[in-house]
Amino acid sequence: MDESRTINFRDAVLEALFIEMRADSNVILIGEDVGAAGGVFKQTQGLFAEFGERRVIDTPISEPGAFGMAIGAAMSGMRPVFEVMFGDFMTLCMDQLVNQAAKVRYMSNGRVGVPLVLRTTMGTGANLGPQHSQGFYAWAAHTPGLKVVVPSNAADACGLMRAAILDDDPVLFFEDRLLYNSSCEIASDLPIVPIGSARTVRDGRDVTIIAIGRMVAFAQEAANRLAKDGVDVEIIDPRTILPFDAATVVTSVKKTHRAIVVDGAPLAYGVTGEIAATIMEQAFDWLDAPVMRLAAVNAPVPISRSLEPLVRPDAIRIENAVRAVIA
Amino acid sequence: MKKGLKTQNGASDDGQLMLSMHRTMLRIRHFEETIRKLAASGAVPGLVHLCAGQEATNVGIIAALEERDFIASHHRGHGHCIAKGAPIEELMAEILGKASGLCGGRSGSMHVIDMDRRNLGTNGIVGGGIPLAAGAALAARSRGSDDVCVCFFGDGALNQGLLHECMNMAAIWKLAVVFVCENNGYGEFTAIDDVTAGPSMPGRGKVFGIPSVMIDGMDVQAVYDAARRAVAYARAGKGPSFIICNTWRFGGHHVGDKQEYKDDDITKAWLLRDPLLKSAKVLAATGVASAKAIAQMEIDAITEMMAAADAVRRAPEPAPQALLEHIYG
Repeated sequence: MDESRTINFRDAVLEALFIEMRADSNVILIGEDVGAAGGVFKQTQGLFAEFGERRVIDTPISEPGAFGMAIGAAMSGMRPVFEVMFGDFMTLCMDQLVNQAAKVRYMSNGRVGVPLVLRTTMGTGANLGPQHSQGFYAWAAHTPGLKVVVPSNAADACGLMRAAILDDDPVLFFEDRLLYNSSCEIASDLPIVPIGSARTVRDGRDVTIIAIGRMVAFAQEAANRLAKDGVDVEIIDPRTILPFDAATVVTSVKKTHRAIVVDGAPLAYGVTGEIAATIMEQAFDWLDAPVMRLAAVNAPVPISRSLEPLVRPDAIRIENAVRAVIA
Repeated sequence: MKKGLKTQNGASDDGQLMLSMHRTMLRIRHFEETIRKLAASGAVPGLVHLCAGQEATNVGIIAALEERDFIASHHRGHGHCIAKGAPIEELMAEILGKASGLCGGRSGSMHVIDMDRRNLGTNGIVGGGIPLAAGAALAARSRGSDDVCVCFFGDGALNQGLLHECMNMAAIWKLAVVFVCENNGYGEFTAIDDVTAGPSMPGRGKVFGIPSVMIDGMDVQAVYDAARRAVAYARAGKGPSFIICNTWRFGGHHVGDKQEYKDDDITKAWLLRDPLLKSAKVLAATGVASAKAIAQMEIDAITEMMAAADAVRRAPEPAPQALLEHIYG
């Protein structure tokens, strides 16, 4: 046990910030209530005390201006981590994200980049309603120049946050709030996880489930139940939406001949469509069934305790999908 | 080819500074005239926005900076790039989309980024450069540096929320930013008075406690004096300033704009206030330069721009593989 320990998601990202802020004084944190308050989800506790107000910067509620300033700081030598409290508020930053951050490297012919992390929380399941539950990673992934990360567990969250801070391009880092208290084992040196590499969560031979973020846990639950009936599920966690590790997914599908893509964001024009098309382009001749997609319904996220769980896939729906696709 | 502005930040009646500012204004004027002709001939891809008439605001402000200081510009930004020292041929090649352009010909007039000269770039989004400039100042504060950052924008950006957000943050953090509004009277085709509420434009800075002045943007010495005060204030750690330079664009919003929305009499009055006429008059009256020397400076500027245009016209287009280069590092 001296080579690994247990850590929860919230602390894992926080430790990544401590490591990289200690290693490089150009790493700064900018956001609302990230300073002395320690973050509204306690996700930045202790940083202000150690690094002070010049490096842990509390902003007014001015997302467009503050995020644009983070980009200007990145262009002039800093490595800012900018926090958007709820992913829904990213919409306020869209001009600066899409028209500035994503294009500066291209527009400058490679002479200057924007080494910046935009971290934000997202996810359904806490009855936060239509304006506090959305995950806009598919929007972001539609913009060349950005990188998009959606970790599903604490160890990956730590390793990917370290990689994101060290990356020379703008990286969007989506954290599902309902994972914050979930724990897993992590090697004691808190290893970096490279951006753009998928992880095979579970080996199997009958069907490949490609699951995004918190959907990985639902897929595991479904796989455990299906195993009792002799159905052997392989689970791939892309971890990074852009760049996407197509090779790992395609290799898996060529082995299992069946694929289901599961996402917690809306179906239409989303990540599941992109992944399904990639499989069809690169592994069509190996498929024994059409690629199936499971994602959130094309509706806003309602606040009602009875309606909200109907929005997104869960373990039972994934289990039913597997039974349908292998039938 | 060291033809950049002399930026030793002396008094505005320093003869060498006056000459240097006049020369840079001439180079901007004839750069823009050359681009206008190139655009009319079809050599310029896309839209191009010229700053002829606004040279004194470009030059007077940047003359008060040191090389290490940052600027962020806007869609009418060739003059800022030149005043900050961009090589003429590379800038012109960029506007024509050529491989030898400052940005490989992929960015054009509205997206020139020139970090070698600490120019965060012209910008295709009205107000888009404002937070970039404030962010460079925030970075300077985090590093413990006293680099100053000038943020240029037009009167059109006065009504963008970003400006007010950034003024607020610059004020609370005492950032070394100089907000410079180049008020040429029109946001695209719409007169500023038709879309801007309140009795006072400087009031929009004062509400944040930011020292704010409105000056004659056709008088390069007046612009320089205001900039020098603002830069010294910023460099001393006292915080941002706001300078509104009243000026006039001699051309339309973009090349090809017929300007039917402008009143001819008002336009004539502004043409008589050409910043180059005023500067030349001061140079002659103070004995800094003879009329002949001033005329020679103009001939030199024209010659420089014609030579650049000849070279840039012949310069090669980017290779196809450049399309996918530098999307990521």
